Amino acid sequence: MNKEILSGNEAIARGAYEAGCRVASAYPGTPSTEILENTVNYKEIDSAWAPNEKVALEVAIGASFGGGRALCTMKHVGVNVAADPLFTLSYTGVNGGLVLVTADDPEMHSSQNEQDNRNYAKFAKVPMLEPADSQECKEFTRLAFELSEQYDTPVMLRTTTRISHSKSIVTLAERVSGLAQPKLVKNAAKLVMLPGNARVRHPFVEDRIKKLSEAGATMAINRRELRDTSIGIITSGVCYQYVREALPDASTLKLGMVHPLPHSLIREFAAQVDNLYVVEELDPFIEEQVKSMGIAVTGKELIPLCGELTPGRIRSAFGLQQPQSVSEEKLPGRPPNMCPGCPHRGVFFALNQLKAYVTGDIGCYTLGFMPPLSAMDTCVCMGASIGMATGVSKVVSAEERKRVVAVIGDSTFLHTGINGLMDMVYNNSPSTVVILDNRITAMTGRQDNPASGFTLMDDPSHSIDFPLLCKSLGVKHIRVINPFDLEQTKSVLQEEMERSETSVIITDKPCVLVKREGVFQKGPAYTVEVERCTGCRACLKIGCPAIEWRPSGDGSKKGTAFIDPLLCTGCDVCRQLCKFDAIGRAK
Amino acid sequence: MNKRITNILLVGVGGQGILLAAEILSETMLLAGFDVKKSEIHGMSQRGGSVVSHVRYGAEVFSPIVPEGEGDILFGFELMETYRSLSLLKPGGAVVTNDLRIAPPSVLMGQEPYPEGLTDRIRARFPDLLLLDGQKLASEAGNVRAANTVLLGAVSRRLDIDEHYWLQAIEKMVPKKALEVNKKAFLLGRASDWSKP
Repeated sequence: MNKEILSGNEAIARGAYEAGCRVASAYPGTPSTEILENTVNYKEIDSAWAPNEKVALEVAIGASFGGGRALCTMKHVGVNVAADPLFTLSYTGVNGGLVLVTADDPEMHSSQNEQDNRNYAKFAKVPMLEPADSQECKEFTRLAFELSEQYDTPVMLRTTTRISHSKSIVTLAERVSGLAQPKLVKNAAKLVMLPGNARVRHPFVEDRIKKLSEAGATMAINRRELRDTSIGIITSGVCYQYVREALPDASTLKLGMVHPLPHSLIREFAAQVDNLYVVEELDPFIEEQVKSMGIAVTGKELIPLCGELTPGRIRSAFGLQQPQSVSEEKLPGRPPNMCPGCPHRGVFFALNQLKAYVTGDIGCYTLGFMPPLSAMDTCVCMGASIGMATGVSKVVSAEERKRVVAVIGDSTFLHTGINGLMDMVYNNSPSTVVILDNRITAMTGRQDNPASGFTLMDDPSHSIDFPLLCKSLGVKHIRVINPFDLEQTKSVLQEEMERSETSVIITDKPCVLVKREGVFQKGPAYTVEVERCTGCRACLKIGCPAIEWRPSGDGSKKGTAFIDPLLCTGCDVCRQLCKFDAIGRAK
Repeated sequence: MNKRITNILLVGVGGQGILLAAEILSETMLLAGFDVKKSEIHGMSQRGGSVVSHVRYGAEVFSPIVPEGEGDILFGFELMETYRSLSLLKPGGAVVTNDLRIAPPSVLMGQEPYPEGLTDRIRARFPDLLLLDGQKLASEAGNVRAANTVLLGAVSRRLDIDEHYWLQAIEKMVPKKALEVNKKAFLLGRASDWSKP
């Protein structure tokens, strides 16, 4: 049989393909993004980016109601956006199988919080599977589709960053055949959730969870491994791998289905071991339920509540010796940075100079909070910048109100920012909104969106006209600027900040990472004429990775700037900062 | 098969080709018949941040990340990142590092100096050190961007895997137009003199 090394995300895409999935829908979000970037390689699956997670789930729901198998993927915080349809989908159940992947991010490698989405499965009363490696990612995805149809329920599949982004060996199989051809079937009692119908469905949901809990006792994915019975550990997901690494002799109950829990199996396992533990990342999700069954168990007294686990953290928790390692010392950090030639840099430089109070949003531009740009003051969730600007303007003085500016990317604006702008205009807020339109969803790795002009399947599509859209929402003052022109950027910002009505400024330069031809074009590199450079450091204030301070080497604080010709894209921003004409095009 | 797991860490700066080197390494181990797991974090690290990739192989691998202080080989693409990650190595572990300095933002802005004498400081802790000018050897092979494959060639000397598995993995993972340069780069690295101290 064919074996390949796949990431968890690639394996989920493969599992969906093998399961006969017909529709895949998502909004990109680390660590889930690569699932749809891989389903798109299977021509049998209609894969598409939605503008946000709620729409993504609604598309999948429609496909399921029509009778097709549908996959919907998102990062953990995406489920917050999709929660509204999810909770009622639990009542309607499905026609074609529906699998919702939540990719959680313990340790917040690329997230704003580390919520444990196992709680959503319990809250929405739907089953949740949790794979522990790529092979299981593939198999559990297939199984999730089957359980979905068998129990008339959406099934959640939970990964964490270490599962989504780790690679391991997967044995491939063929795509299933013989699934029924989807067609329109009316069934209002099941699919129209008005009170009368929903009241009938709720007892079904409760009964379904009970049946799944009972079935869980004999499901192969809930696996008891008896070794030394002095220690018994209930665990799931990547934590199972860490437990096997750190405590190879301990007995384990590996749960492949983390909701609902298989109560009878847990009781049996607890009776077979002397000391029972739960090893789980983040919340005491399993632990609290086991305790509520009246079983004595140790969990979060030993295991950290915050961040990722590692084999080392588990060893420490169980009092085992750690390998000796050399002590850490302080080194210069290497945080992520905006790319050389990034169109956001000039905007944040100007906002900093204008002492703006910037309500920010989620994207590469969130890095604008870092020195030396230091021009972002809040960041909460997707689309929040505009509402926050409206709110803060309501409470501060008229003079301070002028400093309030919301900053949001194109993809984030279309995700949920647009509602905030509607509110801003409707309620006569005087704030200023900057839409940083770089033509792509850059942060997650350059995904197309409704403004980029292409679909996930690379078909040409309509590209949203931001000025026209803002006009239709009622914005009277709309300015389109070139963010590489510092003077224009600053003066337009200043004018619009002074204004007592809602205004929108749109920047129109593309992300330097867009590979599609004709979108981003690199210009000739700049260079520093050392004879003219006075070492004033003005060009360093934009924090461009292509510009380096070179000390004179005589022990003094003097030095000159240097531009790396390989990194420079010729954006021209640094040249405008040099008062001594020391920066020019390389000859 | 021996139950021992071999732990390799690849560290450097986003954009240096670390992920491709880790992919080739993992593919080689799959071809050679081992169980293999690879792990790293991407996302914000694309924007020039530190990158650490873990590759583990053996008869049966559980954790996809190398337990702290159990690395056998540290494979560094940039000097300070190599130094930063030394704590991941086991005592007596081996270090292959590119002799390259990439200034982080605080150094670019002249706020602090790039640390001095890193090579000696690495050698003082881990005498089994190979320092390579990856960029120079890659240029000899035909493209400075193949430094990652040069370094991979050097690492391959310490892993008891037949050469044809490595070349087969390179053929599978590297785009056709860059294939010849990468094979050459790999063999140049593999020919480096790295005797145990």
